[in-house]
This record gives sequence, structure tokens and C-alpha cells, in this order.
Amino acid sequence: MTIQLPKVSVKDLQEWSKLGEVLTSGHRLCAGCGAGIMARQVTLAAKALGDPFMLVNATGCLEVATTIYPYTAWDAPWLHNAFENAPATASGAIEAMKAMQRKGLMREREVHMIVFGGDGSSFDIGLQSLSGAVERGHDFLYICYDNGAYMNTGIQRSGGTPQGAATTTSPPGSVIPGKIRWQKPLAAILAAHDIPTFTASPAYPRDLMAKVQAGLKHDGSAFLLVDSPCNLGQRYSPDQSIEVAKLAVKTCFFPLYSTYKDEWILSGVSLRLAKNPEKKLPVEDFLKVQGRFRHLFKPEWKKKLVEIQEAVDERWERLLKKTEF
Amino acid sequence: MSREVKGMTGDEAVAWAAKLVNPDVVAAYPITPQTIIVERYSDFVNNGEVDTSFIPVESEHSAMSACVGASLTGARVFTASASAGLALMYEILYVASGMRCPIVLAIANRAFSAPINIHGECTDQVVCRDTSWVSLFGESAQEAYDETILSFKIAEHPDVMLPAMFGIEGFIVTHALERVETLSKQQVEDFLPEYRSTKYRFNPDEKMTFGSLVLQDYYMEIKRQQEEAMQRAYTVTKDVMAEFSEMSGRKMEIIEEYQLEDADYAFVSYGATAGNAKAVVDRLRNKGEKVGALKIRLYRPFPSLDVQEALSGVKAASILDRSATFGSPGTIMQTDIATALYGKENVPTLHGYINGLGGRVLTLPEIEDIYEKTKDYHDVGMTMTTDWIGYRT
Repeated sequence: MTIQLPKVSVKDLQEWSKLGEVLTSGHRLCAGCGAGIMARQVTLAAKALGDPFMLVNATGCLEVATTIYPYTAWDAPWLHNAFENAPATASGAIEAMKAMQRKGLMREREVHMIVFGGDGSSFDIGLQSLSGAVERGHDFLYICYDNGAYMNTGIQRSGGTPQGAATTTSPPGSVIPGKIRWQKPLAAILAAHDIPTFTASPAYPRDLMAKVQAGLKHDGSAFLLVDSPCNLGQRYSPDQSIEVAKLAVKTCFFPLYSTYKDEWILSGVSLRLAKNPEKKLPVEDFLKVQGRFRHLFKPEWKKKLVEIQEAVDERWERLLKKTEF
Repeated sequence: MSREVKGMTGDEAVAWAAKLVNPDVVAAYPITPQTIIVERYSDFVNNGEVDTSFIPVESEHSAMSACVGASLTGARVFTASASAGLALMYEILYVASGMRCPIVLAIANRAFSAPINIHGECTDQVVCRDTSWVSLFGESAQEAYDETILSFKIAEHPDVMLPAMFGIEGFIVTHALERVETLSKQQVEDFLPEYRSTKYRFNPDEKMTFGSLVLQDYYMEIKRQQEEAMQRAYTVTKDVMAEFSEMSGRKMEIIEEYQLEDADYAFVSYGATAGNAKAVVDRLRNKGEKVGALKIRLYRPFPSLDVQEALSGVKAASILDRSATFGSPGTIMQTDIATALYGKENVPTLHGYINGLGGRVLTLPEIEDIYEKTKDYHDVGMTMTTDWIGYRT
């Protein structure tokens, strides 16, 4: 079943940029933080739809850094409950508004609900809440901004941490070189719930914003996995976030796609790479710019680099098969 | 006043009362012995007898989380749980009170694992004493019915705005068929008007932030406001119960005194045990013993003054506690009562008896034995004792 992505032009971006920020200046996210860039793109795309929207945010960097009392950086209705329960919280708010509308206690109209969670809350501790809410079919777009570790608590490994990455709980030891296992295939897990599922990168805002709008317009649950570069935890210079995010896509480490009920469609750079495989960059190009993979370039771990390239290739080939390339 | 009477189990009484309230959202997960509440309520929803959005969540943690999300939009919200389910909610109980969500939670009091057990015991609820929830116990299906309705009024009172829980013991009350005087839809609507405040609520028109990170500079003020709300809940509960009594024709108070006026000895209990305590009082009174019973209906805020006055002049009190605590200076209720009475004049000696764990029956002869034991303790000058009753050695 096809999900139509709206076309977002550069002119659209120019127009939308006049709508005003939803995540306003003064928040305390790190300089270079991908989550802030992602959140601004998401909320601008939502605002451009014209209907009111509300935000539910799981505990994490985006929550902590934007709402230190008595301040808030959010120019929108925004709610945080706890770490592992943002989808359940959103389902309560959505169904409450429906009931109050049925009773005439609240005005009837279209309201979009966006739920933000990091990889810790989405891949790990809140996966049950997410799966449950999606199974029940509440009308929300869940956005996981995946920075590949529990960055908020000091860079501990999560189910979203890539193989080989150094974190404080998967350190590059003399015996074990960082995270052992590959990431949990979260997008595929959500896609298996038969809901529109997307991946996007803040390096490609038009693609990301089109997917946000498609997810919000869908009547029911939708899921968007965003690669969210984190200069602090992935260890690179703060001015390189977008470059790192681009390399993730160009190496096919983080492909951009949409999927719904077994139809898989590539978009943007990933689609171009499928058509022109010779342009696909080696994963080393993505790994070498990040300090979290530095240890893999020592002679004793060269084997690991080969394994990671093989894993990336294997995953990309499987995705191509699904997308019929 | 015309009174309609129906036969209901405790769980059914809760469900039927909740139906009259017609909350906007019920988010719940089934757990024995609470299941009948959510089953009946699901019938009402699927037969179109209520306007409620029923959210059949995948866990109790999500149940309470959805309740918080719903309550913050301004909705009237109800849920029910027990034991392990309540423990799973525990983290979010604090969020519910900290964000001032007037959620109502019915508890089918059940023992904790391990060993796993599905029967009546109040430990699950009493250990929530510090969560800043108003906490009530019910003795019967009738009280379950009444407390379902009045809990909303207490919780939603502008001076309170805290969540409220009330418990009835698993199987002993939840599954026992009893006589229940019902209320009409109109009576409940008059008592609990269909009013929803959307001010300072999570809704599309308020660009407001809920659930901020609050650090050392403001956290304590927010916690102190909860304490002040809890103190006001004491008066509000009294007022709401008085209003409810007038409306229903059934006397409902934060504590219930039975034959205490001239009593030398007293049983203190809560929940279903109170019925047996009163039966033993009747037996002992027939034998010429000057004994009475005190039932504590409101557990949080703890009615210290009322307990103090009720027990004033009593020589010794036997506290019947169907809750487990380990390595504690007394039973859970006993330590609360001791704190309430400490340093006051004319206070009884306090003798706590942990009993009935995992649904074990506390028989009337056992309660009579407790009475004798308490008298003996008192006679030899012991002011505080704690025993476990009714277990095999």
C-alpha cells in the first residue's frame, strides 16, 4: 500500500521559515545537536499543515534541555510524563479529547499529535508502550530521534548503538572493542505493525518534512526514525553534524525509505544510490569522522571494520530487495 | 427517599458506580481480582451505555501513563488495579500527583508476589502512602460503590486536585455478592456535575509546557504545595462525605466509631476486617466486656485528630492489620496511630496484629483471642507490642 509523500520544494521551505519557530532560541541543547535541528524541522512541517498540533516528549535530551523550569523553549502545547511511556501518555490525551468532544465539552476539530522519544526510550525502555499504542491505533506520529546511545545520561549503550561504537558501557576494551551487537531494526519492527513507517535525516530537510506531513496526515499511528547526530556522544566537532548525517546516508549506513504494508520505497539520496550503486561510499568514510569508532582503526581491530562494511552491505542489499531494486 | 437495592459483588459495585460517573477516559489493564471492574466497564462501553473512551492498554504502567495524559487534557479519568499492577504503576503514581491529576483509582487489594498469590491483603495500597494520593478503604460492596463516586469529588475539588485511590479487599469484597443501595443517574450528576476545566490543561489552544525539568531551585516548593493540598484534602473529604451522606441517606465518615463511647478496649481496623471486628464487639459486649471498634476509612491524609479523639480514654487498642511489613517498629497502621497519639493524654497502649496475609481468614475466635492477648499485654504494662496472628509455626 503506497504512502504518498508530499513534494516539499525549496520555495516551500522559504515560505514555511516565516511561520515562526516552535522550538525557540534559548534552549540548552548542545551546540551542533541533531535533535534540535530535527525538532525544528518536524515542528515547522507540522505548522505548515495549518491544523493545531500538540507535542508529547519522552524523558531525554530534547526534554531536559528545553524545559528547565521556570523556562520553556516550546511555543506549542507540550507534555512530558516519563521516560518509557510517551506513547501511552499521548494515547490518553488523544482519547480524552475525543471523549470530551463527544460530550460537547471540547470543540471538535483536527488536532495532530507528535510524540518525540530518543533511541533509549524508543528502542529499549519504551518499546512496549510504543508497540501497545500503535497496536491500539491512536492517531499520532511517533518520532524517534536516534543518536545511538543514552546521550542524556552520559553516553551509555542502547539498543540503537551501532556495532563497534564506543560508549561508557561498551568501552573500547582490550578484549571487546565497543558495542558487540548491531542495532535493533526498530523501523522494521514498527513497520511490522502495519503502520506507515519512515526513516529520515536532518541533513535532508525536505525529505524529512515530507515524511512528517505524510505521517501526520495519516489517520492512525505512524512512525518516523530520524538519524540524529550527536557531537558529544559520537565525538566529532559541533560544526560537522550535518556532514556526519549525510555520510550516514551516503554510505547506506542509514538509508532513507518509507514503508507501509510491505511496500518499501527509497527516497532522496538512497534512491539515487540504488540507481547508481557506484556512488555508494565505503562505511569507513562515516566511521572515521567519529571518535566513537576511532579504536576500530587500530591494526588489531581491522577485522571489525570489514565486518561492519559487510553488515552494512548485507542490510542494504536486503532493503534493495524489498524495494525491488 | 426511595432506595433501589441490587445484589452486586464489590467489583461490580465499582463498575456500576463508575458507569453513573461516566468518566471521559478509562485506561486499564486486567489483573485478578480487579478484572470484573474492567470487564463490566467494557460491556458498558461496547453497548454504548457510556460516552467513555476505554483504552485497553498493554500494561498497568501504560494504564497510569494514559490516565496522566488524559487527566492533563482536563478529562475525568478512572482506572483500577491491584497488587503487581499497582506496583508497576508506582513510578507514575508520583507523576500523577506531582502534576496534580485528579485521577480515581480503584484497588482490589491483593497480596504481593513472591510467592505469587491472588487473594486479599492491603499491603499493595498502604505502601502507596507516600505517593501524595488521597487513600480510602472500603469495608463492603456498598462502600466500594459509594467511594467510587465520592472519590471523584474529593480528587477534583479545587482545593485538592490530587489523585485518589480506594481499596476493597480481593475476593473478600471484590467477589462477594452483597446488598447494595444504588443511586440514580440524576443523583450522581447533581453530586458530581459534568464540568471540565480546560484552564492550565494540555489542549490545542494553550501553548503551555507540562512536565518540566524542575531542579533544586523550585522542586521543593512544588512538593510543599502537594503537602498543603493533602492537608486541605482532610477537610474536603469530611465535607464531601457529609454531602454524600445527605444525598444518599447513608452515613459516611472518614472514621467509623462503633460502641467506643464507654469502651476500655478497642479494635482498630480498616477494610473488610472492620466487619468482623464489629461482630466480635457484639459478642464481647454480650459477655459484659466494655469494648468497641474503630474503622479507619480515610488512610491518607491520615485523620490523626479523629483517631486521637476516638481512642481517648481507651486503655488498650488492638490494631488488626492485613498488611505485611518486615523489620518495622510496628504494623503499618500501628506506626501511623502511634505517631498520631505520641505525647497525648489518655491514649491507649497499642497492640498491632499482622494477620490475614494472602487471603488467610481471620476468624472471630481469633479476634477474641487477640482481645485477651491485648488485655494481658496491657495488664503487665506493655505499651507497644506487635504480633503475627494465624500462621503455622
